[in-house]
Amino acid sequence: MTLFELKDKFVKGEVSAVEIVKAYFQRIMLVESKIKAYITTAKRDALVKEANELDYTLSKWRKTTPLMAMPIAVKDNICTEGVKTTCGSRMLENFVPPYDATVVARMKEYGYYLIGKTNMDEFAMGSSTENSAFGPTRNPWNLAYIPGGSSGGSAAAVAAELCVAALGSDTGGSIRQPAACCGVVGLKPTYGRVSRYGLVAFASSLDQIGPVTKDVRDAAVMMQMIAGHDPLEEVELAVRTAIIQMQALKAEIKEISLPMTKYAIATYYLIATAEASSNLARYDGVKYGYRAAKEKGLLEMYMKTRQEGFGAEVKRRIMLGTYALSAGYYDAYYGKAQAVRTLIKRDFDEAFKAVDVIVTPTMPTPAFKLGEKIQDPLQMYLSDIYTISVNLAGVPAISLPCGLSNGKLPIGLQIIGRPFEEEKVLRAAYAYEQATEWHLKKPGL
Amino acid sequence: MEISKEQVEHAAKLARLEVSEDEKAMFARQLSAILTYMDQLKEADTEGVEPTATVLPTENVFREDAVKPSLTQEQALANAPDQAEGFFRVPKILEDR
Repeated sequence: MTLFELKDKFVKGEVSAVEIVKAYFQRIMLVESKIKAYITTAKRDALVKEANELDYTLSKWRKTTPLMAMPIAVKDNICTEGVKTTCGSRMLENFVPPYDATVVARMKEYGYYLIGKTNMDEFAMGSSTENSAFGPTRNPWNLAYIPGGSSGGSAAAVAAELCVAALGSDTGGSIRQPAACCGVVGLKPTYGRVSRYGLVAFASSLDQIGPVTKDVRDAAVMMQMIAGHDPLEEVELAVRTAIIQMQALKAEIKEISLPMTKYAIATYYLIATAEASSNLARYDGVKYGYRAAKEKGLLEMYMKTRQEGFGAEVKRRIMLGTYALSAGYYDAYYGKAQAVRTLIKRDFDEAFKAVDVIVTPTMPTPAFKLGEKIQDPLQMYLSDIYTISVNLAGVPAISLPCGLSNGKLPIGLQIIGRPFEEEKVLRAAYAYEQATEWHLKKPGL
Repeated sequence: MEISKEQVEHAAKLARLEVSEDEKAMFARQLSAILTYMDQLKEADTEGVEPTATVLPTENVFREDAVKPSLTQEQALANAPDQAEGFFRVPKILEDR
């Protein structure tokens, strides 16, 4: 069944997520030992459980996303957070990426299931998948033949129905050639059409990620999912360029690590909402501010006043903070967050032993569209990743322009300093500003 | 971490926040997603780590307990939604018998 057909059946409720997952694992159990398309397959129990939960959620609130429950395979040179990405090499045999490639993150957002990481020639160097450190993949049409390469695992997996569609990468034919060998469709997009962020580099000016699918319609569907300029890449490029310019200005550049800042968003939104829920308790309709009209009792007046007087996000934060502070949850949430805050602050203390200022992007992307995240509070919170650890550590930081995106939106550079060293932060920022012209750009109103 | 409708009701009551049925469902869904994300903190090893409540070194600072100029009664009541005879007025706390 094609991706298009499976999507259609799933959306119509003719097939459940659990049924899909079980069917593909059944198929893998049956033929994978002959084909060896995968280096890593998803854990069946975990995926069935996830599918079960999804089916349950959908039974309550039917809202589907474009790749929801679709078992898709990903070539093993494309980074998948928490799932081994070996590049078909002993060198990376145990490498577990800490982040998702942009294409993977995008498919995740659309609800796909990673069914497995496909075999490939080592570092995508080869045309038969025989160069894999983990042994060759067989052509489903005739097991004595090569499936092509280097994306041979992806093409064989699609041909043998071990996934509904797959991603490959093409540096000199590595999507199209195995597609040809296995009788499936493979599209190498225009260079730059699909983000390479998170693709282990072979020849950066030639590499491109693309879909391997059962038919042309599926290739079009997959392209829609993975194409589009990558705001992460734009920001990264602008900030890296800024760092090179600073080096030219005689700044000594050192790479540092703030490992605990990965917990910053969770920590921040527990502490900030807990403090807010307490601070906002004063808005009770007694001493100043809004009061709901004509309420009979005091308690009823409080509750109505706060319901009518606060907007959605404020209520959400009051609820979250109240919950995090409530009996039984205090230690697990608020107390834990305060301890992790100590670890985050120590990260900065440690880093500032090696450097005078720290340079980061201010935001992971340029400004997003009005309405894009307002319905999804967690997504909104995640856009604060670079700024909030600074508040948790209590240190000073400045944001100044360092570039413009393809969509002609500003990109911000953040310079963070030691406590009470605003002067050093300002001097570093000024030196950069004077050497560049981003601060002179004006919106075309 | 799944948050049930009952837990939403409980937190709302603690927060003195009236919530509609729609809001209960919405908060249950959104808070579940947010708290599931927060659960990653469990991985962080905080054994023996002191909590940070503020980044500034804190110690008690004392001052003389002297009367200083402050808001007048009129100023303090100026923003009150309801007042009477120099007091804040609120709805009845005790039920009529």
